[in-house]
Amino acid sequence: MALLSKKDRALILDPLADNNPITIQVLGICSALAITAQLKASIVMALSVLFVLAVGNVVISLIRNIIPSKIRIIVQLIVVAALVIIVDQVLKAYAYELSKQLSVFIGLIITNCIIMGRFEAFALANGPWKSFLDGIGNALGYSVILIIVGFFRELLGSGTLLGIQVLGDPITKTGLYAIGYENNGFMLLSPMALIVIGIIIWVQRSRNSKLIEEN
Amino acid sequence: MEHLELFFKSIFVDNMIFATFLGMCSYLAVSKKVATAVGLGAAVIFVLGITVPLNWLLDQYILRDGALVWLGSEYASYDLSFLSFILFIATIATMVQLVEIVVEKFSPSLYNSLGIFLPLIAVNCAILGGSLFMQSREIASFGLAVNYGISSGIGWFLAILTIAAIREKIRYSNVPPPLRGLGITFIITGLMAIGFMSFGGMLTGGDEEATAETAQVSETVKPALEINTDTENDLLEMLENSESNQDSLEKTNNEIN
Repeated sequence: MALLSKKDRALILDPLADNNPITIQVLGICSALAITAQLKASIVMALSVLFVLAVGNVVISLIRNIIPSKIRIIVQLIVVAALVIIVDQVLKAYAYELSKQLSVFIGLIITNCIIMGRFEAFALANGPWKSFLDGIGNALGYSVILIIVGFFRELLGSGTLLGIQVLGDPITKTGLYAIGYENNGFMLLSPMALIVIGIIIWVQRSRNSKLIEEN
Repeated sequence: MEHLELFFKSIFVDNMIFATFLGMCSYLAVSKKVATAVGLGAAVIFVLGITVPLNWLLDQYILRDGALVWLGSEYASYDLSFLSFILFIATIATMVQLVEIVVEKFSPSLYNSLGIFLPLIAVNCAILGGSLFMQSREIASFGLAVNYGISSGIGWFLAILTIAAIREKIRYSNVPPPLRGLGITFIITGLMAIGFMSFGGMLTGGDEEATAETAQVSETVKPALEINTDTENDLLEMLENSESNQDSLEKTNNEIN
C-alpha cells in the first residue's frame, strides 16, 4: 500500500463502517430504498453512485476556486446532472430492462444527499486526489448498505440471488421448500426496506456504543 | 372525478415518503419538532405546486419526442428527453432561488418561518422526484399537473407531520439505546408505511365497477414501481408462480388492466 498513505486509506475505509453515509451521516436514503427489492438493481445503483460521486468530486474539486460561492449549489447540481445523464444513457443503451426497472431512481441520484453532502463538506475544500478517494470511500459505504439490504430482501422475499434460485424450487418443492419453507412476500414491499435498515443500524450501534445517540 | 382520484391517490396510495421514499433525508433530519416539520412541509407543498406544472410545460413543449413541432414541421423528429434531468433540476434550483427572493421582499414574516428551509428544498429528492414521476406517469393535462404537485406535497406534509408528532412523544419512552434516534425512526416509518399500504384498497375496491374504474385510471396514470393497488392474494399468487418477480408483476398488472 505504498500508493496510499495512512490518511488516504482512512478516507476510503472510514465511511465503510464508523462513518457510514447511510447509517451514521443519514445521507442518501432517498433514492436508495425503493430499488433494493432485488440484489441486481442494488448493485447497479451502487455502481452508478460510485461513478457519479467519484467523478463529480474530482470535477468540483478542480473548479473549487473559480465557483462563486453564492451560486455553488446550482453549479454542483449541473455537474451532477450531467454525470447522471451519462449514466442514464449508458444504462438505456446496454441494460434497457434494468433501466426501466430503476425508472426515475437513476435520475434521483442528482438529488442524492450523499453527493451534495460530499461536494459541500469535502470537495470544496480539498484537492482532486483526496476528493477522488473520499468519493470512492463514501460511495462504497453507501454500496455496502444497499447490497446488504438487497441481499436480504431478495433472499427472503423471493428465494433468489441475482435471479438464481438458491433455496430450491418453490413450484416443484425442492430444497428448503420440501420441508415447508415459504417465501416471505412481504420482504419485497417497500416498508421492509426501512425496517431492514433499522435493524442494520441496531446491530451496528450495539457493536459500537460510541455511535449511540442521546435521547 | 379524474382530479379527485389523482388527488387522493397521490396523498395516500402513492405517498411520497411511504411508497417511494422520496425526500427521506430532510424527512429524517427535520422531524425532531412538530413546528419545524410544519414549516418544511408547507415549503414542500409550495415548491412542488410551482415546479411540477412548470416542468410539465417544459416536458410538453420542449423535451418529449416531437414536442418541438410547434416551432415548425421540420422540428417534429427531435427528441430531447435525455435533457430532462438537467432542465428539471435547473428549473427547480432557479425557482427556489426566485421564490426565496420574492418571499423575502414581500412577506418577511413568511420568510422567517419558511426561509431557512428553501435552500434545503432545492436538493430535496421529493421535488425532483415529483417532476420525474409526473413525466414517467404521463400526467395528461396542465390542471392535473398542478393537482399532482400540490397533492403529492400534501402527502409529504402529512408524513413529516405524523413522524414529528411521534418522535416528540417517543422521547418519553424507553427505547433500547442502540435504536435511539435514527434506528427507531426508520422502524416507525416502516410500520407507518405498512399502515399506509392499506389505502391501496381505496382505488381497487371490492366490486366489479370499481375494478373497471381502476383499469381506466391505470391506463392514464401508469402503475408505479411498487404495486400498491394489488390485493395481497394477487401478490402471493405472483410470487409463487414465477421465477422473476418483476416480470410477473408487470404481467399481472397487465392482466388486471
